Amino acid sequence: MSAVFEQIFQVGFLAAIIRIATPLAFATLGEMFSERAGVLNLGIEGIMLLSAMTGFTATSLSGSLWLGVLAAVLTGMLMGALHALFTVALGLSQHVCGIGVTLFSSGLAYFLYRLIFGQQSVPPSIKGFETLPIPVLSSIPVLGPAVFNQFALVYMAILAIPLAAFVLYRTPWGLSVRMVGENPRAADSAGVSVIATRFQAVILGGALIGLAGAFLSMAQFNAFTFGVVSGRGWVAIALVVFGRWDPWRSAGAALLFAFVDALQLRMQASGLGHIPYEAFLMLPFIFTIVAMAVMSRNAVAPSALLKPFRREER
Amino acid sequence: MFRLEVRTSTPAWFNLALPLLAIAATLVLCSGLIALAGAGVLEAYGVMFTASLGDSYAITETMVRAAPMIFTGLAVAVAFRAKFWNIGAEGQLLAGAVASCFVGAIPMPGPLAMLLMAVAGAAAGAAVALVPATLRVKFKVDDVVSSLLLNSVIYYALMALIEGPWKDSFSGYPISPPIEDSANFPVLLEGTRLHLGVVVALIAAPVIWFLIVRTTLGFRIRVTGENPEAARYGGIHVERVLISTALLSGALAGLAGVGEVGGVHFQVMSDISPGYGYSGIVVAMLARLNPLGVVPAAIFLAAVMTGAEAMSRATGVPAFLSDVIQGTALLAMLVALLFTAYRIRRVGAAR
Repeated sequence: MSAVFEQIFQVGFLAAIIRIATPLAFATLGEMFSERAGVLNLGIEGIMLLSAMTGFTATSLSGSLWLGVLAAVLTGMLMGALHALFTVALGLSQHVCGIGVTLFSSGLAYFLYRLIFGQQSVPPSIKGFETLPIPVLSSIPVLGPAVFNQFALVYMAILAIPLAAFVLYRTPWGLSVRMVGENPRAADSAGVSVIATRFQAVILGGALIGLAGAFLSMAQFNAFTFGVVSGRGWVAIALVVFGRWDPWRSAGAALLFAFVDALQLRMQASGLGHIPYEAFLMLPFIFTIVAMAVMSRNAVAPSALLKPFRREER
Repeated sequence: MFRLEVRTSTPAWFNLALPLLAIAATLVLCSGLIALAGAGVLEAYGVMFTASLGDSYAITETMVRAAPMIFTGLAVAVAFRAKFWNIGAEGQLLAGAVASCFVGAIPMPGPLAMLLMAVAGAAAGAAVALVPATLRVKFKVDDVVSSLLLNSVIYYALMALIEGPWKDSFSGYPISPPIEDSANFPVLLEGTRLHLGVVVALIAAPVIWFLIVRTTLGFRIRVTGENPEAARYGGIHVERVLISTALLSGALAGLAGVGEVGGVHFQVMSDISPGYGYSGIVVAMLARLNPLGVVPAAIFLAAVMTGAEAMSRATGVPAFLSDVIQGTALLAMLVALLFTAYRIRRVGAAR
C-alpha cells in the first residue's frame, strides 16, 4: 500500500498532473468565458486542433516559439469570431454551429498541414518549449520541481486562473459578461450591448482555447499529429459544467481530470502489461461522464445559455 | 431599402433550393483552397465529379460510401427531431460494428448470420445511445457532451479489443478476425462492391420517413422536439419519448456499422469509420431533418469523399478538402436556413 502511495506522490507524477492540466485549464477557462456570456462553443475541439496546427507551423517556419503562440492565439480568436458571427450575430443553433466550426476547423487543419508539409515518412517536429525553473521557488522540496520547474505556458495557465476570476467578478466588463449570460434583456435595458459583449467573450475564449492548442503542439508533443487534441476539447466542456461555470472550480476540475489521466498513464506503464493500454485511455472519459452525472443535478447553467438574443423579439 | 421580415410559412421548393444553395456556396468558398494548392478549380471539381458519379462503377463506389451515411444521417435526423442532441452516432456505429463482427464470426447459415448481425449491431448502437438519453432524463446531464465523450470511450474500447483479445496473433496486426464467408453480404452487381446493405439503407429512409410523419411515435417525437411543454400538457410522456428516440437513433447508427462489417471490410479495424457518425450530422442538416432528403444528402457527401481521393491523385490537392467541404456545407446550410425564418422584403421609398 505504501509503495503505491509513494509511487503516486513522486515528483514526476505531480509534475505530470500539472502538465496535463495546463491545456485543459486554458481550454476550460476559454469555454467558461464563452458560456458565461450565453454562448456554448462546441467548436472548441476543432479550434484547439487548428490552433495547434498554426502554432506549430508558424514556429516551424519562423523558428520562434512565441510567434507560434501568437499565431495559435490569433487563430483561436478568429475562429471564435466566426462562431460568434453564426451564433450571436445570426442567432443560429449553438449546438449545430459548434459542430460545424469543429468539422470546418479540423478539416482546414488537416488540409493546410498536408499542403505545407506534404506526406513525410517521419512527421516534422520542432524544438518545443523547455522548462524554465523559477529561482528560489523551484528549490522548495516536492512542490518546487513539480510546479516551479515547468514550461512558461504552464506559469501562464496558473496566472490565468486568478486573472480570469478577477476579470469575471471584479471588472465592469466581467459584470457585462455575466449579465448578458443571465438576463440579456435586462443588460440591454441597462445599456450593455448584448451582441458586442457576447462577441468579445467568445473571442477572448477563443484566444484561451488557442493557447491550449499551442501547448499541445509546442510544449507537450513538439509536433502536430491528427490526434493531438483527441477529445480534450469535449472534456473541457464537461469540466466547465463540473466546475459550475466558475474559474477556480473549473481549474480545479481540470486538475482533477489531469490526476485521473496521469494515474491511468502510470497504470499503463506499471506491470499491467497484459491489458492493452487503450483500456486505460477510456478511464478519464468515463470518469468525466460519471462526474457530470454526479454534479449536473445541482449545476445551474447561465440562464441565457443557448438562447440567441434579438432585440426586436419579445 | 431592404428589410428582414419574419416568415410565417415556407414554400415547398425551399426544401430543394436551400441545400442546393448551400452546396453551391460551399463549392465556391472551397475553390479558394484548391487555388491555394496551385490546381485548376474547374479541373479539380471535374475530376471529383467524374471519379464519383462519372460512370456506373464510380456510382456503385459512391453508393457503397453513401450507405453508412444514410444510416447515420437518419440516426441524427430522428434524434434532432426530438431535440435529443445525439452527437454520438460515431460511437454507436463503432459499437454496431463490433457487435456484428462478434456474431458474424460464429458459424451458422448465411441468411441467419446476416439477420443476427443486424439485430446485434442495432441493439449495440441503441444500448450506447441509451446512456446519454438516460443521463439527460435522470441526471440532467447535457446530452451533447455525454454523447461526445462516449465516442472516445467506445473508440478506445474498440482499440483495446483489437489490440488485445482480438489481435491477430499470427500477423500481429490490430484487426479483428474476419467474419465467416457465409456471413458476407451478397454483392448485387458482379465486379463491384455494391452489397445488400446499400439496398437496406435505401429502404430504411422511406421507412423512417413513414415512421416520423405517419405514426403515433413519430408524432410524439416531433411534438417533443418542437414544444416539450405542449407535449407534456397533451399527455405525452416526454422522458419516455426521448428514450424511445435514443433507442431508434442508436439502432440506426449501429446499422451503419453492421453494413461496414458485413458488406465492406468483413472485420473490424481502427479506421473502420472515417467519421461517418459526424458526417451524419451534416447529412441530416442538409436534408432539413427529412428522412427522404437524407438519401441525396448522403450521396452528395459520399461523392465528395470518393471524388476527393481521385482529385488528390490527379492534381495534388490534399484529399482533406472533403473534410473542409463537409464543415463548410454544414455552416452554409445553417445560414441558408435563415431564409426559412426570414424573408428579405424591399421596402418602398414611396410612402
